[in-house]
Amino acid sequence: MDRILGGIWVYLASSPLLWLTVTLGVYLAGQWLFQRSGGRALFNPVALAITLLVLLLLLTGTSYSTYFSGAQFIHFLLGPATVALAIPLYIHWERVRRLLLPIVVGLVSGSLTAILSAIGIAWLLGGSPHTLLSLAPKSVTTPVAMGIAEKIGGLPSLTAVMVILTGVVGAVAAPALLEWLRIRDDAVKGFAIGVAAHGIGTARAFQISTLAGAFSGLAIGLNALLTTLLVPLIVRLLHLTT
Amino acid sequence: MIGALAVLLAFQLIGEVLVQLTGIPAPGPVIGMVLLFLGLLWREELPDALRTTAQTLLSHLSLLFIPAGVGVIQYGELLREEWLALAVALVVSTLITVAVTALVMRAFVRHRDGNRQDG
Repeated sequence: MDRILGGIWVYLASSPLLWLTVTLGVYLAGQWLFQRSGGRALFNPVALAITLLVLLLLLTGTSYSTYFSGAQFIHFLLGPATVALAIPLYIHWERVRRLLLPIVVGLVSGSLTAILSAIGIAWLLGGSPHTLLSLAPKSVTTPVAMGIAEKIGGLPSLTAVMVILTGVVGAVAAPALLEWLRIRDDAVKGFAIGVAAHGIGTARAFQISTLAGAFSGLAIGLNALLTTLLVPLIVRLLHLTT
Repeated sequence: MIGALAVLLAFQLIGEVLVQLTGIPAPGPVIGMVLLFLGLLWREELPDALRTTAQTLLSHLSLLFIPAGVGVIQYGELLREEWLALAVALVVSTLITVAVTALVMRAFVRHRDGNRQDG
Protein backbone atom coordinates (compact mmCIF):
# COMPACT_ATOMS: atom_id res chain seq x y z
CA MET A 1 0.00 0.00 0.00
CA ASP A 2 2.73 2.43 1.00
CA ARG A 3 4.61 1.60 -2.16
CA ILE A 4 1.58 2.29 -4.30
CA LEU A 5 0.93 5.60 -2.55
CA GLY A 6 4.61 6.46 -2.82
CA GLY A 7 4.52 5.71 -6.53
CA ILE A 8 1.46 7.87 -7.07
CA TRP A 9 3.12 10.71 -5.14
CA VAL A 10 6.31 10.49 -7.19
CA TYR A 11 4.22 10.66 -10.37
CA LEU A 12 2.02 13.52 -9.19
CA ALA A 13 4.84 15.54 -7.64
CA SER A 14 6.55 15.82 -11.02
CA SER A 15 3.45 16.77 -13.03
CA PRO A 16 2.03 20.31 -13.18
CA LEU A 17 -1.50 18.95 -12.64
CA LEU A 18 -1.22 18.51 -8.88
CA TRP A 19 -0.26 22.04 -7.82
CA LEU A 20 -2.50 23.66 -10.42
CA THR A 21 -5.49 21.78 -9.01
CA VAL A 22 -4.46 22.38 -5.40
CA THR A 23 -4.12 26.14 -6.04
CA LEU A 24 -7.65 26.28 -7.48
CA GLY A 25 -9.01 24.18 -4.62
CA VAL A 26 -7.34 26.31 -1.95
CA TYR A 27 -8.61 29.49 -3.62
CA LEU A 28 -12.18 28.14 -3.62
CA ALA A 29 -11.79 27.12 0.03
CA GLY A 30 -10.51 30.63 0.84
CA GLN A 31 -13.53 32.19 -0.89
CA TRP A 32 -15.88 29.84 0.95
CA LEU A 33 -14.32 30.78 4.29
CA PHE A 34 -14.49 34.48 3.36
CA GLN A 35 -18.20 34.19 2.58
CA ARG A 36 -18.89 32.06 5.64
CA SER A 37 -17.24 34.73 7.80
CA GLY A 38 -19.77 37.23 6.42
CA GLY A 39 -17.18 38.92 4.16
CA ARG A 40 -14.97 39.84 7.10
CA ALA A 41 -11.94 41.73 5.80
CA LEU A 42 -9.49 39.72 7.93
CA PHE A 43 -10.47 36.54 6.08
CA ASN A 44 -8.97 37.85 2.85
CA PRO A 45 -9.15 34.95 0.36
CA VAL A 46 -5.69 35.65 -1.11
CA ALA A 47 -4.01 35.76 2.29
CA LEU A 48 -5.78 32.57 3.37
CA ALA A 49 -4.87 30.73 0.17
CA ILE A 50 -1.21 31.78 0.30
CA THR A 51 -0.88 30.77 3.96
CA LEU A 52 -2.45 27.36 3.31
CA LEU A 53 -0.29 26.72 0.24
CA VAL A 54 2.92 27.70 2.06
CA LEU A 55 2.04 25.27 4.86
CA LEU A 56 1.28 22.51 2.33
CA LEU A 57 4.58 23.05 0.52
CA LEU A 58 6.51 23.00 3.80
CA LEU A 59 4.72 19.84 5.00
CA THR A 60 5.32 17.96 1.75
CA GLY A 61 8.85 19.31 1.30
CA THR A 62 7.97 20.68 -2.14
CA SER A 63 10.17 23.39 -3.63
CA TYR A 64 8.73 26.64 -4.95
CA SER A 65 9.96 25.92 -8.48
CA THR A 66 8.10 22.59 -8.51
CA TYR A 67 4.99 24.34 -7.24
CA PHE A 68 5.31 27.12 -9.80
CA SER A 69 5.67 24.72 -12.73
CA GLY A 70 2.02 23.88 -12.08
CA ALA A 71 0.74 27.22 -10.85
CA GLN A 72 2.31 29.19 -13.71
CA PHE A 73 -0.79 28.53 -15.81
CA ILE A 74 -2.78 30.67 -13.39
CA HIS A 75 0.03 33.24 -13.11
CA PHE A 76 0.01 33.56 -16.91
CA LEU A 77 -3.59 34.84 -16.89
CA LEU A 78 -2.42 38.07 -15.20
CA GLY A 79 -1.51 39.35 -18.69
CA PRO A 80 -4.92 38.89 -20.40
CA ALA A 81 -6.64 40.02 -17.16
CA THR A 82 -4.69 43.30 -17.31
CA VAL A 83 -5.81 43.75 -20.93
CA ALA A 84 -9.40 42.98 -19.85
CA LEU A 85 -9.36 46.07 -17.59
CA ALA A 86 -10.09 48.00 -20.79
CA ILE A 87 -13.69 46.73 -20.64
CA PRO A 88 -14.89 48.25 -17.32
CA LEU A 89 -12.96 51.36 -18.30
CA TYR A 90 -14.91 51.56 -21.57
CA ILE A 91 -18.23 50.95 -19.79
CA HIS A 92 -17.59 53.83 -17.35
CA TRP A 93 -15.74 56.10 -19.77
CA GLU A 94 -18.26 58.98 -19.55
CA ARG A 95 -17.73 59.20 -15.80
CA VAL A 96 -13.95 58.96 -16.15
CA ARG A 97 -13.86 61.76 -18.71
CA ARG A 98 -15.77 64.10 -16.44
CA LEU A 99 -13.29 63.40 -13.60
CA LEU A 100 -10.12 63.75 -15.65
CA LEU A 101 -8.42 66.49 -13.57
CA PRO A 102 -9.13 64.86 -10.15
CA ILE A 103 -7.87 61.57 -11.60
CA VAL A 104 -4.58 63.00 -12.87
CA VAL A 105 -3.84 64.95 -9.67
CA GLY A 106 -4.88 62.03 -7.45
CA LEU A 107 -2.73 59.64 -9.46
CA VAL A 108 0.44 61.75 -9.30
CA SER A 109 0.16 62.44 -5.56
CA GLY A 110 -0.78 58.82 -4.79
CA SER A 111 1.98 57.30 -6.89
CA LEU A 112 4.67 59.55 -5.37
CA THR A 113 3.36 58.86 -1.87
CA ALA A 114 3.44 55.09 -2.42
CA ILE A 115 7.03 55.03 -3.66
CA LEU A 116 8.58 57.60 -1.30
CA SER A 117 6.81 56.47 1.88
CA ALA A 118 7.71 52.81 1.31
CA ILE A 119 11.39 53.58 0.72
CA GLY A 120 11.49 56.14 3.55
CA ILE A 121 9.88 54.00 6.24
CA ALA A 122 11.91 50.90 5.41
CA TRP A 123 15.11 52.99 5.40
CA LEU A 124 14.31 54.52 8.81
CA LEU A 125 13.77 51.04 10.25
CA GLY A 126 17.07 49.74 8.92
CA GLY A 127 15.92 47.88 5.80
CA SER A 128 18.70 46.58 3.57
CA PRO A 129 19.21 48.05 0.06
CA HIS A 130 17.65 44.90 -1.45
CA THR A 131 14.55 45.49 0.63
CA LEU A 132 14.31 49.19 -0.27
CA LEU A 133 14.65 48.54 -4.01
CA SER A 134 12.20 45.65 -3.90
CA LEU A 135 9.67 47.76 -1.98
CA ALA A 136 9.79 50.81 -4.26
CA PRO A 137 7.35 49.52 -6.94
CA LYS A 138 5.10 47.72 -4.42
CA SER A 139 1.86 49.48 -5.39
CA VAL A 140 1.73 48.41 -9.04
CA THR A 141 0.50 45.15 -10.47
CA THR A 142 2.83 42.13 -10.17
CA PRO A 143 4.24 41.71 -13.71
CA VAL A 144 4.95 45.45 -13.97
CA ALA A 145 6.53 45.67 -10.51
CA MET A 146 8.76 42.70 -11.28
CA GLY A 147 9.92 44.39 -14.48
CA ILE A 148 10.75 47.61 -12.61
CA ALA A 149 12.60 45.76 -9.83
CA GLU A 150 14.73 43.98 -12.38
CA LYS A 151 15.66 47.30 -14.02
CA ILE A 152 16.75 49.00 -10.78
CA GLY A 153 18.63 46.06 -9.25
CA GLY A 154 15.99 44.78 -6.81
CA LEU A 155 14.94 41.13 -6.54
CA PRO A 156 11.92 40.56 -8.85
CA SER A 157 10.57 37.57 -6.93
CA LEU A 158 10.86 39.43 -3.60
CA THR A 159 9.08 42.38 -5.23
CA ALA A 160 6.24 40.06 -6.30
CA VAL A 161 5.80 39.05 -2.67
CA MET A 162 5.84 42.71 -1.49
CA VAL A 163 3.30 43.62 -4.16
CA ILE A 164 0.94 40.89 -3.06
CA LEU A 165 1.26 41.68 0.64
CA THR A 166 0.59 45.34 -0.21
CA GLY A 167 -2.53 44.27 -2.10
CA VAL A 168 -3.73 42.21 0.84
CA VAL A 169 -3.15 45.11 3.29
CA GLY A 170 -5.03 47.46 0.96
CA ALA A 171 -7.91 45.04 0.43
CA VAL A 172 -8.24 44.39 4.16
CA ALA A 173 -7.84 47.95 5.51
CA ALA A 174 -8.69 50.43 2.75
CA PRO A 175 -12.52 50.20 2.86
CA ALA A 176 -12.58 50.91 6.61
CA LEU A 177 -10.04 53.75 6.23
CA LEU A 178 -12.09 55.34 3.43
CA GLU A 179 -15.20 55.05 5.55
CA TRP A 180 -13.37 56.77 8.42
CA LEU A 181 -12.24 59.58 6.08
CA ARG A 182 -15.91 59.95 5.04
CA ILE A 183 -15.19 59.32 1.37
CA ARG A 184 -18.65 58.71 -0.11
CA ASP A 185 -17.95 58.68 -3.85
CA ASP A 186 -17.41 55.12 -5.17
CA ALA A 187 -15.29 56.49 -8.02
CA VAL A 188 -12.87 58.11 -5.53
CA LYS A 189 -12.88 55.01 -3.30
CA GLY A 190 -12.09 52.69 -6.20
CA PHE A 191 -9.39 54.92 -7.63
CA ALA A 192 -7.60 55.30 -4.27
CA ILE A 193 -7.71 51.54 -3.66
CA GLY A 194 -6.37 50.85 -7.17
CA VAL A 195 -3.47 53.31 -6.88
CA ALA A 196 -2.36 51.86 -3.52
CA ALA A 197 -3.25 48.17 -3.86
CA HIS A 198 -3.46 47.26 -7.60
CA GLY A 199 -5.33 44.08 -8.61
CA ILE A 200 -5.97 42.58 -5.17
CA GLY A 201 -7.41 45.92 -4.09
CA THR A 202 -9.42 46.00 -7.32
CA ALA A 203 -10.91 42.59 -6.56
CA ARG A 204 -12.09 44.14 -3.27
CA ALA A 205 -13.27 47.34 -5.00
CA PHE A 206 -15.50 45.30 -7.34
CA GLN A 207 -17.29 44.11 -4.18
CA ILE A 208 -18.10 47.75 -3.29
CA SER A 209 -19.62 48.39 -6.76
CA THR A 210 -18.73 47.94 -10.43
CA LEU A 211 -18.08 51.68 -10.59
CA ALA A 212 -15.50 51.39 -7.79
CA GLY A 213 -14.02 48.38 -9.60
CA ALA A 214 -13.79 50.24 -12.89
CA PHE A 215 -11.98 53.20 -11.31
CA SER A 216 -9.71 50.82 -9.45
CA GLY A 217 -8.89 49.07 -12.72
CA LEU A 218 -8.21 52.41 -14.36
CA ALA A 219 -5.84 53.26 -11.48
CA ILE A 220 -3.89 50.01 -11.99
CA GLY A 221 -3.17 50.87 -15.61
CA LEU A 222 -2.32 54.52 -15.00
CA ASN A 223 -0.20 53.83 -11.94
CA ALA A 224 1.68 51.09 -13.81
CA LEU A 225 2.65 53.64 -16.46
CA LEU A 226 3.57 56.40 -14.00
CA THR A 227 5.48 54.19 -11.53
CA THR A 228 7.50 52.71 -14.41
CA LEU A 229 8.70 56.25 -15.12
CA LEU A 230 9.05 57.48 -11.51
CA VAL A 231 10.84 54.64 -9.70
CA PRO A 232 14.07 54.59 -11.76
CA LEU A 233 14.20 58.39 -11.49
CA ILE A 234 13.70 58.43 -7.70
CA VAL A 235 16.21 55.62 -7.21
CA ARG A 236 18.80 57.63 -9.12
CA LEU A 237 18.05 60.84 -7.21
CA LEU A 238 18.37 59.07 -3.86
CA HIS A 239 21.55 57.21 -4.95
CA LEU A 240 20.05 53.85 -3.97
CA THR A 241 22.11 50.85 -5.05
CA THR A 242 22.58 47.32 -3.82
CA MET B 1 -15.59 32.84 -24.74
CA ILE B 2 -12.67 31.46 -26.75
CA GLY B 3 -13.03 34.26 -29.29
CA ALA B 4 -12.95 36.84 -26.51
CA LEU B 5 -9.92 35.18 -24.92
CA ALA B 6 -8.20 35.28 -28.30
CA VAL B 7 -8.93 39.02 -28.53
CA LEU B 8 -7.41 39.64 -25.07
CA LEU B 9 -4.31 37.55 -25.88
CA ALA B 10 -3.93 39.22 -29.29
CA PHE B 11 -3.96 42.68 -27.71
CA GLN B 12 -1.44 41.54 -25.10
CA LEU B 13 0.74 40.19 -27.90
CA ILE B 14 0.52 43.46 -29.86
CA GLY B 15 1.40 45.31 -26.64
CA GLU B 16 4.45 43.12 -25.98
CA VAL B 17 5.67 43.47 -29.58
CA LEU B 18 5.25 47.26 -29.50
CA VAL B 19 7.23 47.46 -26.25
CA GLN B 20 10.04 45.39 -27.80
CA LEU B 21 10.05 47.47 -30.99
CA THR B 22 9.82 50.97 -29.52
CA GLY B 23 11.29 50.58 -26.04
CA ILE B 24 8.24 52.28 -24.44
CA PRO B 25 9.01 52.05 -20.71
CA ALA B 26 5.70 50.30 -19.95
CA PRO B 27 4.68 46.66 -19.70
CA GLY B 28 3.12 44.94 -22.71
CA PRO B 29 -0.25 44.07 -21.10
CA VAL B 30 -0.77 47.73 -20.08
CA ILE B 31 -0.15 48.87 -23.68
CA GLY B 32 -2.53 46.09 -24.78
CA MET B 33 -5.16 47.45 -22.38
CA VAL B 34 -4.80 50.99 -23.78
CA LEU B 35 -5.06 49.72 -27.37
CA LEU B 36 -8.13 47.56 -26.66
CA PHE B 37 -9.74 50.54 -24.94
CA LEU B 38 -9.06 52.78 -27.96
CA GLY B 39 -10.42 50.04 -30.23
CA LEU B 40 -13.66 49.89 -28.24
CA LEU B 41 -14.03 53.69 -28.34
CA TRP B 42 -13.53 53.57 -32.08
CA ARG B 43 -16.06 50.73 -32.57
CA GLU B 44 -18.48 52.38 -30.13
CA GLU B 45 -19.76 48.95 -29.20
CA LEU B 46 -18.83 46.22 -26.72
CA PRO B 47 -19.41 42.63 -27.93
CA ASP B 48 -21.32 40.57 -25.34
CA ALA B 49 -18.79 37.73 -25.37
CA LEU B 50 -15.96 40.15 -24.56
CA ARG B 51 -17.99 41.69 -21.73
CA THR B 52 -18.78 38.34 -20.07
CA THR B 53 -15.27 36.94 -20.49
CA ALA B 54 -13.71 40.09 -19.04
CA GLN B 55 -16.14 40.08 -16.13
CA THR B 56 -15.44 36.42 -15.36
CA LEU B 57 -11.69 36.97 -15.47
CA LEU B 58 -11.84 40.16 -13.38
CA SER B 59 -14.18 38.70 -10.76
CA HIS B 60 -11.43 36.15 -9.99
CA LEU B 61 -8.56 38.60 -10.26
CA SER B 62 -7.32 37.73 -6.78
CA LEU B 63 -6.80 34.06 -7.75
CA LEU B 64 -4.21 35.12 -10.32
CA PHE B 65 -1.93 36.60 -7.63
CA ILE B 66 -1.69 33.46 -5.55
CA PRO B 67 1.15 31.67 -7.43
CA ALA B 68 3.46 34.71 -7.14
CA GLY B 69 2.41 35.26 -3.52
CA VAL B 70 3.41 31.73 -2.52
CA GLY B 71 6.93 32.84 -3.51
CA VAL B 72 7.13 34.30 0.01
CA ILE B 73 8.33 30.80 0.95
CA GLN B 74 11.73 31.59 -0.61
CA TYR B 75 12.37 34.55 1.67
CA GLY B 76 12.04 33.06 5.14
CA GLU B 77 15.46 34.31 6.24
CA LEU B 78 15.07 37.85 4.92
CA LEU B 79 11.61 38.09 6.47
CA ARG B 80 12.94 36.95 9.85
CA GLU B 81 15.70 39.57 9.78
CA GLU B 82 13.76 42.51 8.40
CA TRP B 83 10.16 41.75 9.30
CA LEU B 84 9.69 44.96 11.27
CA ALA B 85 10.89 47.29 8.51
CA LEU B 86 8.89 45.35 5.92
CA ALA B 87 5.67 45.11 7.89
CA VAL B 88 5.63 48.75 8.98
CA ALA B 89 6.62 50.02 5.52
CA LEU B 90 3.96 47.90 3.78
CA VAL B 91 1.11 48.71 6.12
CA VAL B 92 1.80 52.40 6.77
CA SER B 93 2.79 53.24 3.20
CA THR B 94 -0.28 51.51 1.78
CA LEU B 95 -2.65 53.28 4.17
CA ILE B 96 -1.05 56.71 3.59
CA THR B 97 -1.29 56.15 -0.16
CA VAL B 98 -5.01 55.30 0.01
CA ALA B 99 -5.67 58.36 2.19
CA VAL B 100 -3.59 60.85 0.14
CA THR B 101 -5.06 59.68 -3.18
CA ALA B 102 -8.65 59.77 -1.90
CA LEU B 103 -8.36 63.15 -0.14
CA VAL B 104 -6.57 64.88 -3.03
CA MET B 105 -9.03 63.47 -5.53
CA ARG B 106 -12.05 64.44 -3.45
CA ALA B 107 -10.68 67.98 -3.00
CA PHE B 108 -10.43 68.38 -6.78
CA VAL B 109 -13.88 66.87 -7.41
CA ARG B 110 -15.37 69.37 -4.94
CA HIS B 111 -13.36 72.25 -6.37
CA ARG B 112 -14.66 71.46 -9.85
CA ASP B 113 -18.24 70.98 -8.65
CA GLY B 114 -17.97 74.26 -6.73
CA ASN B 115 -16.82 76.13 -9.85
CA ARG B 116 -19.64 74.64 -11.85
CA GLN B 117 -22.19 75.82 -9.31
CA ASP B 118 -20.68 79.31 -9.23
CA GLY B 119 -20.71 79.53 -13.01
